[in-house]
Amino acid sequence: MSADQDGNQIRPATEADLPAIGAIDARITGAAKDAYWRDMFDRFGNRADRYFLLSENAGRVEGYIAGEVRAWEFGSPPSGWVFAIGTDPDARQRKVASRLFAAIAEAFRGRGVDTLRTMIARDDDLIMSFFRSQGMMAGPFVQLEMSVDEAWPGDDEAEAAS
Amino acid sequence: MKLQRATRCALFAVFELARVPGRQVSAADIAETYDLSVNHLAKVLRELTRARIIQSVRGAGGGYTLAANPKRLTLYDIVGKFEELGDDAGAPPEPGADTDGGRALDRVLTEIDDITVATLKSISLTTFMKLSRKSGA
Repeated sequence: MSADQDGNQIRPATEADLPAIGAIDARITGAAKDAYWRDMFDRFGNRADRYFLLSENAGRVEGYIAGEVRAWEFGSPPSGWVFAIGTDPDARQRKVASRLFAAIAEAFRGRGVDTLRTMIARDDDLIMSFFRSQGMMAGPFVQLEMSVDEAWPGDDEAEAAS
Repeated sequence: MKLQRATRCALFAVFELARVPGRQVSAADIAETYDLSVNHLAKVLRELTRARIIQSVRGAGGGYTLAANPKRLTLYDIVGKFEELGDDAGAPPEPGADTDGGRALDRVLTEIDDITVATLKSISLTTFMKLSRKSGA
């Protein structure tokens, strides 16, 4: 892929990019997760319907995004899921994440997908503001969770619905 | 969710000022555009000025301009000036609060409040303006 006039290039991540991607994530989250990024690359690098892209400038990795097409989960037609995105804090305010988001949206569109989805922590103002700025709104699904220790076995309503 | 009249006035006023950056807009013009009471709007504009979200410019041709950065200012910053949002720890307990039903109700209402706050905090004025353009298309 060719670079834009400012030297920004979006391309698929390679194995050699993993240290740089992991370093960006570690700067953002404060936790090094080398095995996680290795596993991410094994599962999502160079796979059909799965995308692991990065943005670089002058040979320096400045951000990444990962996602995949998922179909018929809970009855949902195929949709593009974005489940990882990060920008080097030193490269913020330069639309790195916006370019990555546009690139993965284009890739999803090429697969015939017309809906983008993601899931984020409710208190992560920064990342939620970013996705909002791209036009994302609350979707038709609600994420629910509980501790397995608090499950109510034998509940009549739960049994009726299952 | 139904917003109080003052909150809607504030949102429309800030939105209108953000729409014409650098230009002074009179209270009368904002009131006319959004069919608001000028008197009510004037009170809201004073509150927004005190909060340094907008600034007033006196004199001939005076009016109001946006003072805050629209990329940083969120709907929460505006709505929170006029509505009770989220944490009501300082509020006196409601009747029945200290019962099983009251505690269960509190969990449900807290969930709703948390989602409301997260939504308002995540939408900057700039994003809101983009949404407005999209909604008008």
